[in-house]
Amino acid sequence: MKPIIDVVISGWGSYIPIYRLPVEEIARIWGTSVDHIKRELLIYEKSIAGIDEDVATIAVEAAKNSLKRAKINPSELGAVFVGTETKPYAVKPTGTIVAEAIGATPKILAADFEFACKAGTECLQCCIALVGSNMIKYGMAIGADVAEGAPADPLEYSAGSGGTAIIVGNKNYEKEPVALLEGSVSYVTDTPDFWRRPKESYPSHAEAFTGDPAYFKHTISATKLLMEELGLRPSDFKYAVFHQPNGKFPLRVAKMLGFNREQIECGLIVPYVGNLYSGSSLTGFSAVLDIAMPGDRILLVSYGSGAGSDAFSFIVQDGIIAKRDNAPKVMDYIKRKKTIDYAIYCKLRGKIW
Amino acid sequence: MRKVAIISYGMTKVDRHWNKSLRDLFSEATLKALSRVDIPKVDAIFVGNMCASDLCDQNNIGTLIADHIGMISIPAYRIEAACGSGGAALHCGFMAVSSGIFDIVIVGGVEKLTDGTGKKVTLSLGKAADFEYEVFYGITFASLNALIMRRYMEVYKVPRDAFADFAVLMHKNGAKNPYAQLQFEIDRETVLKSEDIADPIKLYDCSPIGDGAAVVILCPLEDASKYSDSFVEIAGIGSATDTIDIASREDLLLFKSTLIAANNAYKMAKVSPSDIDLVEIHDAFTINAALSLEALGFSKRGEFDKLLYDGAFEPDGIIPVNLSGGLKSRGHPVGATGVYQVAEITMQLLGEAGKNQLKNAEIGLAQNMAGVASNSFVTILRRYK
Amino acid sequence: MSVPRYWRCIPQRIKMEALKCKSCGKTIYPPRARCIYCGGNDFETYVIPEKGRLISFSIIRHAPIGFEHTTPYVVGIVEFENGLRISSQITDVDINELKIGMEVEQVFRKVTEDGKSGIIQYAIKFRPIFQNI
Repeated sequence: MKPIIDVVISGWGSYIPIYRLPVEEIARIWGTSVDHIKRELLIYEKSIAGIDEDVATIAVEAAKNSLKRAKINPSELGAVFVGTETKPYAVKPTGTIVAEAIGATPKILAADFEFACKAGTECLQCCIALVGSNMIKYGMAIGADVAEGAPADPLEYSAGSGGTAIIVGNKNYEKEPVALLEGSVSYVTDTPDFWRRPKESYPSHAEAFTGDPAYFKHTISATKLLMEELGLRPSDFKYAVFHQPNGKFPLRVAKMLGFNREQIECGLIVPYVGNLYSGSSLTGFSAVLDIAMPGDRILLVSYGSGAGSDAFSFIVQDGIIAKRDNAPKVMDYIKRKKTIDYAIYCKLRGKIW
Repeated sequence: MRKVAIISYGMTKVDRHWNKSLRDLFSEATLKALSRVDIPKVDAIFVGNMCASDLCDQNNIGTLIADHIGMISIPAYRIEAACGSGGAALHCGFMAVSSGIFDIVIVGGVEKLTDGTGKKVTLSLGKAADFEYEVFYGITFASLNALIMRRYMEVYKVPRDAFADFAVLMHKNGAKNPYAQLQFEIDRETVLKSEDIADPIKLYDCSPIGDGAAVVILCPLEDASKYSDSFVEIAGIGSATDTIDIASREDLLLFKSTLIAANNAYKMAKVSPSDIDLVEIHDAFTINAALSLEALGFSKRGEFDKLLYDGAFEPDGIIPVNLSGGLKSRGHPVGATGVYQVAEITMQLLGEAGKNQLKNAEIGLAQNMAGVASNSFVTILRRYK
Repeated sequence: MSVPRYWRCIPQRIKMEALKCKSCGKTIYPPRARCIYCGGNDFETYVIPEKGRLISFSIIRHAPIGFEHTTPYVVGIVEFENGLRISSQITDVDINELKIGMEVEQVFRKVTEDGKSGIIQYAIKFRPIFQNI
């Protein structure tokens, strides 16, 4: 897929809450083997939203960071989309909360997207379409979650909090483009590998079924489709970012597709913050933009259970240099942390009240 | 403008009156006050109350009281100025008598805090502050005072102990007051080791939660001797407001409303701080004592601790402070407090204060305030010779 | 707090709109009908700066309804360059690192919820400055 008009990334910004829960703490509670978890999941700790944080607050902070880099007036935004599976309200848009808080209301399209962990890149696809059809000048795509796994479930070790906002602009207007979109694809099937029914607090999953027929099939298919459409090979990319439900899946999918560890390493944030769900691949991508140089080609592949993948190819532009230092980088947020124990985790996330 | 006298007073002990309602308390104080005088009529009632709407689910307090004390058909007004409600009611009563509209009025304050749970009381008392810009953020009334206290200690380098020692003095006085809620002595450690409420404020920096009612009866000074052998003159009143939120104040450490109110009261009574023999101040928190005494002209700014340690505020000091034990020990039945203060000064001037009696007291001052001095009511009473 | 009452204050508590008096040039917050300094009533909107300084703080251990599960939490008075001061919560801060004069910055956070089924009330709070960008 490619829009009629060339679209670029005009700004990007992430946010990761300050609190970290080491997997040792979770293992301590449930008596599991921590070495096994670290080895199998490649996760050391996960980020935890504070007691006064939710997807709206995380999205706002990421959005403000992206605006600092895009250097645009928020009123120039024509769309704010928030992709999440942990909306603060079941009914009431998060997009309006974000749009208002960043000063982008009222002449703006605002909506929430849900597609398990893929909602963030869906927002990106839609912004690309709106900007690429010249309906809007700038669009903001946010992927954010305050994900939680059920107590003692394997997902409890990985489900983290954080998010990223990407501002999509029109190449013809953007003086300092960050990255040019080469093309994108979406690949979906009805594959119920992970879900959450209404009124349930925690998601459910089909265990090992989340692997081959779900995560691997969709990410591999989307990536192959994209490379086919654009006539590219893995070696054409400087960086590749795959959805990161744990550390192992993206490493394995990269290997299966023919990408090496160097290409994916700098976008691999899951060992330090856990799975950010809708914010996962976008925050990995954001970490790559924090260090990429003009000319670098970046592959971004999301995965959402249910199931589907969006794949994008971007070529980094000169504008990235002048914008990069205008907001905190993903690595800055990873380093900024306060370690908490399981009891505080329960308090912060409202598990005991 | 007529001169006004206080011809009687009545108080309940401040306590957790589990078996007494808002109207029971007010009636008890009123009947005590009425029993001391022989008056042909009551023209109006002014009632100070803050929390009944929140904690007793009761409005229309004026009517409630008039009905209960057998005075249906006379005008009755509820006056609300948060913790300053009692002082405000007194000033309204004063104005009504002084102007000639009414001759004999009952001024009272009543509060029934123990009909609410702790969290509800915290929220209700917080409403003295700006609800939309302070309370909204979870800011409590104690924390507003804590913000001021921390600032005061930082700016003036006043040690934490000074505030504890003021509480010790209050308990020493209150231990001898039969109306006091906390009739026991404490030491510095009691305060410093007490529970954190809103740092740096600890439990023993705070006035306790309690119920109570206090009543005084006013009439024109020229008529006072007709009804009673012992009475005092309301020689001066002054009240003033400040910003409702504390952050907007140019000087966080100045109780400007108290300063202005006091100056007006001094002017009206034609006295100065050095003429005052005793004072009842609004020490809802120990920090309030420092800022109130400074605003009233009894201490230089930032030197509260020096005077405290010189013994100035002791019963035999230059300016005896809160012989009743103050809000800290006597208790702080919020909307009644301002009337308690005036009743206590009246007792002192009439020589009826028992174990706490000060010798030769002629002029006393009561300072009652709302919020963190967002509204102050200063009243000067003079023994009638 | 009722929905309209929350909603009405979004410009002040989320977009941080204060008033600047056209007569005396001073800024006031919360907004008033007339200037607290000169009595003027002709104002323009003044957006409160991102960064300020903590001039006092308190740690709340006994919370009112709606904040019971968030103790201990920190409230403070923040002063800005032009002298304007506001009260707010200080979040993401270690109680031990609090000190008068510390630099803080705006952060959009939840303040309270009107129960499990009511609205979520957001506002700007302050936190220690993360990066001086």
